[in-house]
Amino acid sequence: MSNNTKQGPGRTGAQILVSVLEQAGVDLVFGYPGGQAIPLYDAIYDAKFKHILTRHEQGAAHAADGYARATGKVGVVVATSGPGATNLVTGLATANMDSVPLLAVTGQVPTANIGNDTFQEADIYGISMPITKYNYLVTRAEKLPQILAEALYLAQTGRPGPILVDVPKDIQVAVLAPPELAPVSIPGYNPEPAIQSSQVEALVEALRQSRRPLAYLGGGVTVSGAEKELFRLLTENDIPAVSTLMAKGVFPDDHPLALGLPGMHGAKYSNLAIYESDLILCLGARFDDRVAGNVRRFAPRARMVHVDIDAAEIGKRVETHIPVVGDLKNVLIRVLDLVNPVRRPDWLHQVAELKRKHPLPIPQDDEIIKPQSVIRAISEVTDGEAIIVTDVGQHQMWAAQLIVSKKPRRFLSSGGLGTMGFGLPAAVGAQFGRPDLPVLLIAGDGGFQMNIQELATVREHNLPIKMVVVNNGCLGMVRQWQQFFFQRRYSSTIWNYMPDFVKICAGYDLPARRVTEPREVRGAIEAMMAAPGPQFLEFKVAPEENVLPMIPAGGGQTEFYDV
Amino acid sequence: MKKMISLLVRNRPGVLSHVASLVTRRGYNVESIAAGPTENETRTRITLVVSGDERELEQVTKQLRKLIDCIEVRDLKYSQAVTGEVALVTVAVDPEKRGEIMSLANTFGAKIADLDEKSLTLQVVGSSHMVDMVITGLAPYRIKSMARTGLVALPMDSGEKKEMLS
Ligand SMILES: Cc1ncc(C[n+]2csc(CCOP(=O)(O)OP(=O)(O)O)c2C)c(N)n1
Ligand SMILES: [Mg+2]
Repeated sequence: MSNNTKQGPGRTGAQILVSVLEQAGVDLVFGYPGGQAIPLYDAIYDAKFKHILTRHEQGAAHAADGYARATGKVGVVVATSGPGATNLVTGLATANMDSVPLLAVTGQVPTANIGNDTFQEADIYGISMPITKYNYLVTRAEKLPQILAEALYLAQTGRPGPILVDVPKDIQVAVLAPPELAPVSIPGYNPEPAIQSSQVEALVEALRQSRRPLAYLGGGVTVSGAEKELFRLLTENDIPAVSTLMAKGVFPDDHPLALGLPGMHGAKYSNLAIYESDLILCLGARFDDRVAGNVRRFAPRARMVHVDIDAAEIGKRVETHIPVVGDLKNVLIRVLDLVNPVRRPDWLHQVAELKRKHPLPIPQDDEIIKPQSVIRAISEVTDGEAIIVTDVGQHQMWAAQLIVSKKPRRFLSSGGLGTMGFGLPAAVGAQFGRPDLPVLLIAGDGGFQMNIQELATVREHNLPIKMVVVNNGCLGMVRQWQQFFFQRRYSSTIWNYMPDFVKICAGYDLPARRVTEPREVRGAIEAMMAAPGPQFLEFKVAPEENVLPMIPAGGGQTEFYDV
Repeated sequence: MKKMISLLVRNRPGVLSHVASLVTRRGYNVESIAAGPTENETRTRITLVVSGDERELEQVTKQLRKLIDCIEVRDLKYSQAVTGEVALVTVAVDPEKRGEIMSLANTFGAKIADLDEKSLTLQVVGSSHMVDMVITGLAPYRIKSMARTGLVALPMDSGEKKEMLS
């Protein structure tokens, strides 16, 4: 048995790669083979982990990403050299922007041929440098095991991120003595910076003095698993909170202190509360321009506290009065120790008034379905229990506004890069990672077509993903910008040809249905959730709906676009 | 504003690319970058001179510190560092004017590195300021080509102590 040969001395680089992954507890790998990865795949043939063959390397990368987002574990993706590797690029950049722990292993032409424009050679090491947390080109076989151990460690410690390891074919086949893995030690890399008491004390003092504090929650809360500490801090101290896409669910959206999404498409009350606050507690967020379009008109009267494990985020876009560097959960534990809970009825009253006066606009269905109604029905039917995965566009923003999330890692969306085509493969990864939870995809008619080939992966594994396409007949988000800022000159955003999604699903042998009647929306979603296995629903919705409110790019928190 | 940064990194293939890639991606203004071996063969020291406003310069240091290969980053003040640079300057000069250049070279302790009928190459070693002065002094002649290493720097032992006390 090949298993026996694997134990003894003299295993190949590829076999060692597989066993390092096995020992690290990797249970699932997504990928796509090719010429320079055949030895790797030969070793994977005997692996203890499962390999999921997607239909495109981009699909594999997003699937590994969705798996990682849903579980908190490292997602692993394998591809061949050249075109296989370059197909990973969007997936790596997506994961990098959202600090998702990924390990990408690519085949490469043999070391002796590197640099000769060899068949299927691409410098993925150079290409991936600015879109990974770190990357490696393995040039000596004996270094491979240690590099892999390092890569797995780097991916998931500190601020997580994607790591790429490029493995030339000669190294995959090189016969090596059994590796002795030394503990990973990278001088100068400090994933757990010591928390400075003076910083924590300054935070607590600023909070004590604050009459209108507001928590601005980012992906760091999700990554550090700080939701319990966060809940105590906010509820015991009357601190309302806004949650970015990456933090959705870390604080329950149905709590009175929850103000939902901040920024460009946040509710008015959310942005007005930010503007009115006298203390911003930025917890693991990064003042992205979609949240703070104009940093001078974000929270002009507020002191800024910024807690992040990545010191380089602090002061990057806004001036910070009180920096706190460290793991968020540990920081919050220290804060809770020191803070004397304070009630702030005036501030809560002010926030409640903002909510009452400036609610999210809720359009009513007429004879045609409103996309918002679809999202609301999904939220009601799934009731915070499902993992909601979105694609990118208007439907994503409506989902961010209207889906009521109650737990972390239940709302997966490409935030920083805004990658169309992310949704379907990420849902595949999420479902593999959490077979115990329902997974529901919300995609647009544009983005769904960007990785539509993964329907085959869904079918092959009979993944019970519930897929919803909100079909507005256009690239809605871009069309909206054209309507507002380019005099309705709809350049290349209205399809001249629309495929029949239901027929496509038939081709993949997937149950599918198209819904056009407003009164059928809710029932269709209930039926879909109740049905076993994969299900597809297409909703034909109003074509010219807009995501509102909207703060145009570069605007401050009160500068809403006047429709 | 300008800032001198001394970076100690792991001596690995690609480490310079990582530094260069970071600087390019973040759009920092690099005036010079010089890299070379150290007393420890597993380490490389890189000296960067970067310009920008205060916030930008603070970001540069933080982002460099974040590089996985980075072991240590130090912002160096000129008063607390020993610095040096090498420049090679080839000047077109007729034999009868060589004397003038040689006396300029003597003043600054520059060496004649090469010489023929039509030109002369000076090797200047010293602070960037001194190198600048020599180049200014040579401006009236025709400078045919020039190569500068960029600044290299080390914190002064004495300066280091002062910094720690303050
Ligand atoms: C890969 C990629 N290409 C282009 C864009 C630009 N873009 C952002 S939203 C959008 C429209 C998406 O249309 P659709 O998927 O139908 O969703 P809708 O906005 O209509 O809900 C486009 C083209 C993008 N985000 N990603
Ligand atoms: Mg659309």
